Formats: sequence, C-alpha cells, structure tokens
Amino acid sequence: MMPGASKRRWRFAALAMALAATPAAAETIQVTIDKLVFSPATVKAKAGDTIEWVNKDVFAHTATVKGGWEVMIPPKASARLTLQKAEAVDYFCRFHPNMKGHIAMMP
Amino acid sequence: MLIRHTAALAAMLLLGAAPLAQAADKPTDPQIAHIAYTAGVIDVEAAKLAIEKSKNKEVVDFARDMVRDHEAVNKQALDLVKKLKVTPEDNATSQALTKAAKEERSKLAKLKGAAFDKAYVENEVAYHKQVDGALETLLIPSASNAELKSLLETGLKIFQGHEQHAEHVAGMLK
Repeated sequence: MMPGASKRRWRFAALAMALAATPAAAETIQVTIDKLVFSPATVKAKAGDTIEWVNKDVFAHTATVKGGWEVMIPPKASARLTLQKAEAVDYFCRFHPNMKGHIAMMP
Repeated sequence: MLIRHTAALAAMLLLGAAPLAQAADKPTDPQIAHIAYTAGVIDVEAAKLAIEKSKNKEVVDFARDMVRDHEAVNKQALDLVKKLKVTPEDNATSQALTKAAKEERSKLAKLKGAAFDKAYVENEVAYHKQVDGALETLLIPSASNAELKSLLETGLKIFQGHEQHAEHVAGMLK
C-alpha cells in the first residue's frame, strides 16, 4: 500500500468522526430581495447560522427586528448576519415597512 | 384641514375626476410614464425642502430616504422609456399634480420647526396614499406595456412602503 493512500484514509476517518461529534455545522441561508419582497419570506435556522440577504433591487433595504438587530442592505449588494441566539424573530425593512420576513428556529 | 383639502384635490385630479374625465379615455403609456415620473419628482422636491428646513433627525432621515428611493425609481423609469423609445407626454393630470405640489411647497416653506415637521410628514402620508390609489385604480390597469406595468407595480410597493414609513414618523412626532 502507498503511504499516501493510507494517510488519506486516516484523514477521512478523522473528518467523519469530527462531523459526527459536532451537531449540524453552521450554514449560510440565503434570502433574496427582489421588487420589495423577501424570498423566502420564512427561513428556518439555528444559532450560529448566517443569514445572507441578496438585494437585487436598486433600492436600499434593511432587515430590522423591532427592539433588536438591524442589518443595512445596500442596493444591488449583499449583507450578512450570524445569528447569536436560538430565537425566532420577525423582521421588516425600516425604509419600506410593508416588506416583512421571519426567521424560524429549527427544533 | 388645508393639507387634507390639497390631498383630496390631488386625489381627485389623479383619479381623473376632472381632467381625465374630459379626455374620456384612460391615459396612454406616454402619459402614464409622465404622471408617474412627475409624482416622484414632486416627492423629491418636498423632501429636499425638508432636508433644508427640518432640525428633526427622524424627519431628515425620512426625507433622505424619499430622495434616494424616488430618484432610483425615476432613473429606472427613464431607462425604460428610453429602451421602449417612448417619449413621456405631458398631460392635464401631471400639470394638476405639479400645481397642487407647488401650492403645498409654498405653504410648507412658511412653516418652521415642529409645525413644519408635522405638516410635511402629514402631507407625505396623504400624498403617498393618493398616489397609491391612482396607481392601483388608474395607472396600473391602464398601462399596456408589460414592462411599464411591472415598473408601476414596483412603484406601488415603494409608495405603500413610504406611506407606512411616513405614518411611523408621524407617530413619533406626536
């Protein structure tokens, strides 16, 4: 057997073990903004996940939680937020409060 | 009272009760483009006055949002008419809107401080409401070009959002 192959197999086993030991890895969840609509309107996430808003509009938007966090999302740009807490929230755009979104927590 | 009157007048004119009834027809795409563009310009001008006159951060921030959004939507409108090779056509509704807005601006220009802030924001609520109504009942249904219709629909969402934003600012001034 070639030493390289053995090394690779060992590394693979270590990686598999690491994955099994940690709960689901943090993910990035994308929300698109197009013509003043958050899509999907509801996303499921867990603490540690990152929400990435991709703004296709020529308008600036925000993702704002009343009494909580706010993310500015410039026109034709993206913005990200890593969720610190396992907490379901409703958010809206402060500039256009008719735009609404929801982040649900995974069980 | 005056604000309400002006708004009602603008609504009447926008909804076509007076000038468009004479025309007896729904507005054409070149007219619709002109009305929508004019409605945006009017709001930008009112906002510029507020930025210049108001000392209230909420009011100035709101006015800046109005300038940014309406300039962005009007830029899209200009790009679209260029692409469609449509020349926006001045019409009685646009003229009535411009006239009502000029009167409103000269009235606002005489006010100061909290009285100005209140009058500006209340007029913003009323103005956006009227434009929403005109977009929903007249301009969008009358538009024949699909891209123009789609832009007006985005414009409606922008105006509805601004109306809610203005209501929120009005609530904070009380």
